[in-house]
Amino acid sequence: MRHAIALRIGPASFRVGSSWRGPIEALAKLYDGYPAPDRASAFTVRLEPERPWRRWLRPSVAVGGDYVLPGASPLALEHGLLAAEMGMNLQMALGQRRHLLLHASTVERDGRALLMTGHSGAGKSTLAAILGERGWRLMGDEFALLDLGSGRLHPFPRAISLKNGAIALLETIVPQDRFGPMLEGTPKGTLRHLRPHAEAIARMNETAEPAMILFPRFGADLPAGVRPVGPAEAFVRLTQSSTNYVDLGEPAFVALTGLVRSVPACAIDYGDTETAIGLVGDLWRGRTS
Amino acid sequence: MPGSRYAADAPHLLRKVELDGLTALFHLPSGTTHILAPPAPEILAVLGEGPADADTLLDALRSRYALVEQEGERSALLARLAELEAAGLVQRA
Repeated sequence: MRHAIALRIGPASFRVGSSWRGPIEALAKLYDGYPAPDRASAFTVRLEPERPWRRWLRPSVAVGGDYVLPGASPLALEHGLLAAEMGMNLQMALGQRRHLLLHASTVERDGRALLMTGHSGAGKSTLAAILGERGWRLMGDEFALLDLGSGRLHPFPRAISLKNGAIALLETIVPQDRFGPMLEGTPKGTLRHLRPHAEAIARMNETAEPAMILFPRFGADLPAGVRPVGPAEAFVRLTQSSTNYVDLGEPAFVALTGLVRSVPACAIDYGDTETAIGLVGDLWRGRTS
Repeated sequence: MPGSRYAADAPHLLRKVELDGLTALFHLPSGTTHILAPPAPEILAVLGEGPADADTLLDALRSRYALVEQEGERSALLARLAELEAAGLVQRA
């Protein structure tokens, strides 16, 4: 491909090639400071024109790579960074075999990890992003990687994908040079990527022991509340949030039942982010007291 | 006329984990995961030792798990067997 970048995020390496310079330049800026792949094997992502002539005329980006979703709609060239991120997520979701992948954000403190998972819009990325600026280590905002052998969580600190209202919130506490371009009018609304705190990148090889699972739910009119979640419900919800549970078979069953039996879980409802941060702090302190 | 006989896979083909009163079960032959409430795990345990008809199964459950005889329990057992059959965990022998 004309333009390319190779980078490593936690245990996964990616080679992203593009027919256009723009998305690769944006990736290089966003992932400044990330290491190069340390082995030959890497997931491949290709950003190509939907048709040859569409490299110039109303350019639209089709995502290719080791794993592809047939029928996925191409994106406008100005959303090329989003296409690259989607391509990298897709390779992880479909190609990862060493870890059970949970659609969850993870932050760590004192070697112990807090997992947050929920439907799109539940706020797991936003909460992880804010905690990652307030003394926690961000391990990942999108995928939690549960090691099938050890039961520990491996970091995957890719750029944080902030949506809509979360963008302005983080802009008040994070320096501008860590943000990617504002992507308006994407299929997911307005998006802006955020490079994680330097500590998250420097410690991307450090695993952590899972210590708590939270199921956040956001609603502007939702009264704040906390409800314990039993292991059976946590197990069902986590199987639903995993992209490769079914593919991995018995080892995934063993790892996930082990997780929910050893780690407490709670559902939290919140109407504003500061309330959620307060609830998380209270629950975390309660766990260790 | 004798009733239907039911069979289930042997215990070594199932992985079971207790989760707060429920049982998470991984069925190795199909690779499927199930969450079971009592008496489904007990039914599978008895049928895992060999096929049985509903009456024999009911007797075994009563004696092994000290169940008290109740009205309607045979029809309840047939309903649970139908559910387990639909889930692919029980077959007609």
